Amino acid sequence: MKPFATLLDRLVLTPSRNGKITLLVDYFRTTPDPDRGYGLAALAGTLDLKGVKPALLRELVLERLDPVLFQYSYDYVGDLAETIALVWSGGEKETVNEEAEPRLSDVVTRMNALGRTETRAAVRDLLDRLDPSARFAFLKLATGALRIGVSARLAKQALSEMSAECGAPRDITEIETLWHGLTPPYLSLFEWLEGRADRPVLATPAIFHSVMLANPVEDGDLEKLDPADYAAEWKWDGIRVQMSSHGGTKKLYSRSGDDITNAFPDVVDAIDFDGVVDGELLVGGTMRSNSPTRTFSDLQQRLNRKTVTPKMIADYPAFVRAYDLLFDGGEDVRGKTFLERRARLAQIIDHAPHDRFDLSDLVPFHDWPTLDRLRIAPPDPVIEGVMIKKKDSVYQAGRLKGPWFKWKRDPYNIDAVMLYAQRGHGKRSSYYSDFTFGVWTMGDDGADQLVPVGKAYFGFTDQELEVLDKFVRDNTVDRYGPVRAVRAGPDFGFVLEVAFEGINRSTRHKSGVAMRFPRISRLRTDKLPRDADRLETLLAMIDAGDG
Amino acid sequence: MKPEALLHPTPAGLFCPAGGFYVDPVRPVERALITHGHSDHARSGHARVLATRQTLDIMRIRYGEDFCGEEQAAAFGETVEVNGVTVSFHPAGHVLGSAQIRIVKDGLRIVVSGDYKRGIDPTCAPFEPVACDVFITEATFGLPVFHHPKPQAEIGKLLTSLKQFPERTHLVGAYALGKAQRVIRLIRDAGYDRPVYIHGALAKLCDYYEGQGIALGDLRAATIDKKADQDFRGAIVVGPPSAFQDRWARRFNEPLIAFASGWMMVRQRAKQGGVELPLVISDHCDWPELLDTIKELSPGEVWVTHGREEALVRWCELQGIAAKPLHLVGYEDEGD
Repeated sequence: MKPFATLLDRLVLTPSRNGKITLLVDYFRTTPDPDRGYGLAALAGTLDLKGVKPALLRELVLERLDPVLFQYSYDYVGDLAETIALVWSGGEKETVNEEAEPRLSDVVTRMNALGRTETRAAVRDLLDRLDPSARFAFLKLATGALRIGVSARLAKQALSEMSAECGAPRDITEIETLWHGLTPPYLSLFEWLEGRADRPVLATPAIFHSVMLANPVEDGDLEKLDPADYAAEWKWDGIRVQMSSHGGTKKLYSRSGDDITNAFPDVVDAIDFDGVVDGELLVGGTMRSNSPTRTFSDLQQRLNRKTVTPKMIADYPAFVRAYDLLFDGGEDVRGKTFLERRARLAQIIDHAPHDRFDLSDLVPFHDWPTLDRLRIAPPDPVIEGVMIKKKDSVYQAGRLKGPWFKWKRDPYNIDAVMLYAQRGHGKRSSYYSDFTFGVWTMGDDGADQLVPVGKAYFGFTDQELEVLDKFVRDNTVDRYGPVRAVRAGPDFGFVLEVAFEGINRSTRHKSGVAMRFPRISRLRTDKLPRDADRLETLLAMIDAGDG
Repeated sequence: MKPEALLHPTPAGLFCPAGGFYVDPVRPVERALITHGHSDHARSGHARVLATRQTLDIMRIRYGEDFCGEEQAAAFGETVEVNGVTVSFHPAGHVLGSAQIRIVKDGLRIVVSGDYKRGIDPTCAPFEPVACDVFITEATFGLPVFHHPKPQAEIGKLLTSLKQFPERTHLVGAYALGKAQRVIRLIRDAGYDRPVYIHGALAKLCDYYEGQGIALGDLRAATIDKKADQDFRGAIVVGPPSAFQDRWARRFNEPLIAFASGWMMVRQRAKQGGVELPLVISDHCDWPELLDTIKELSPGEVWVTHGREEALVRWCELQGIAAKPLHLVGYEDEGD
């Protein structure tokens, strides 16, 4: 358990992606089978471990600790699993030696073999035999609350880098393709990654296939291209998904290959075809049911959930707007042209349930300026731009430049005033690089005041960061832990031009608005805070967006 | 004599009316007895100071020649009469020179522990249990959550990280007095013999420790030599944690922030402070050590000073030991 616990401890506090990958590669290379496979499963969310209820853990800890002392401890730490891991006594200091400590694989097999009445004694015994950091890891796994900022995709990236270090480089798309056909502890996967065996043969159908990605249109890209070679579609503001259905096994995957089948039974149950379809997951009604597509914030109600209630399904019905076909039945059609694949896709969708599936429309255009006008003023508020796809392109995983482009609606822009700044991490730990910014609104007393509307920590250059950091250090008016409040009034302060992709109403923020992907696009040292935008301007953007 | 008559809290600190002295006073007084050199316990400006030789030396290093009107050094175990009150100093195992102070009058014995720990520390004399009627204990880590791991294992984490991230400068936050020297000593004991770079705030105290026979190995100033174009790739740099938020830290290559402190036991604490590598190394007792010490001394009464008094008082009550919090203010725990 120790290597996995140490890995978790480090991952939680390592902000940089590369740092996390280094730690993961190190773990996979130095931890033996089958422990590393279970560790991988825990990180990627595929580990099946018998759950333990928090109430049971509380009872166990109170067998040995005074309730008042437990409460003081819990109040101080704030997290149940961590509190129990730390206050547990009778274990580590007295008895644990490293060789006798249970391995992760021991813990998993033991827990999963337990009968209902054996859980209490087994959990008590495990807690006694683990050290505090391993106890924490065990409790997080057993309560299903492992949140450490590592996605399945990142773990697979680490696997790919590990294979390169072992002299048998495997591409991440290959790993993703295999992934859903394999199960913990992934022995055959590691053998292959280390170059000790051939690629594993998959028994399970309906696997994930790596998706084809688009490049953003940049200045001068389109001038070189003939519009007649390309088709265009609306770019809907949902999430990219892949439906994979084979011989009765039906799966829904995110674009990175996370299995989200259980969160969308309404969509998955409606799949009545065999094949692999690429599309956009949205909520609301399909084109064919004549009801509107709803916003991304409505879709968010359905995201990041393990399961879903009937009420959620009724209030936020999900559907897929299909735009490509990878497999038609069992036939791999990725080598066919975009138009050929689309013709086959149209057939499939035509027969599929009308309320759950529709076909992404083609947008007719003759030249780039026409498409540009359509892009800037799309006919539906949930459209965020256009996709441009070469008519004769094959379906190729990854982000190749040329066959597919995305051309987004221009971002929104506002001028806001810097209110608070927080130090960054790693390379930026000595810089104030996370900025909370605000706009003007009328306060309760009738006077104008600045209200925070968002936070941004990128978009600026290193030189601009020096300027921002100096301003924070020279104009701090208050400190709250790592956060500094800076001077901000009508005639003195720092104006930031903030760009963002969308804006929604929010009950979580005092201002009542929440931005998507805000970033600092320019430093407006030429402006005074009094010239910054007002909250009403932001609210008007929401109203315009809602149509 | 009631213990409260011999020693009781006042706004300036613990006061002994019979002896006319304060212990670790937080404002300037006529006569002060000082347990150890951390700045929340040892302040400048007292007329007369009684402390161990090392504590007096440390105060001089930190505050300058005129840190007090008149100084008197106390050797460990030796008794000193102060206005008819017998006082003696005994090792506390906290930092170099740290002492517990025993105060005796008419057969009543009170021990003020100051800050103390029971774990082994090669940079100072180990804690010595002293029999007493009233034991005044700190409670900095007075909650059952605090179980300090072996410091060697924590240093192991640092050395592992250096192997994993050989390009990054490892900045180890450690308070200037005591913790910094202990961490360096632990790094040396783990077999690391490359230079350790130190922040300027540590220099004089490290020199003093060396002078007291505590070898710290090859220490170098963490200043940039413009000609050498050096960026401390893969080096260990030890400094006060506050410096890492400063522009000072920008000279290093992709700094990885470590922090050696008992507080690092709690993950949120580490996270809030932007610490990537917490090293749970403390110069205070953890919870089991506090309990073991009280059981070992078996005093008639326990008074709890700074820290998490309520939990330790609660534990004493459950054990049937008379205990009360003293609610002293002004001890900000510089040492951890």
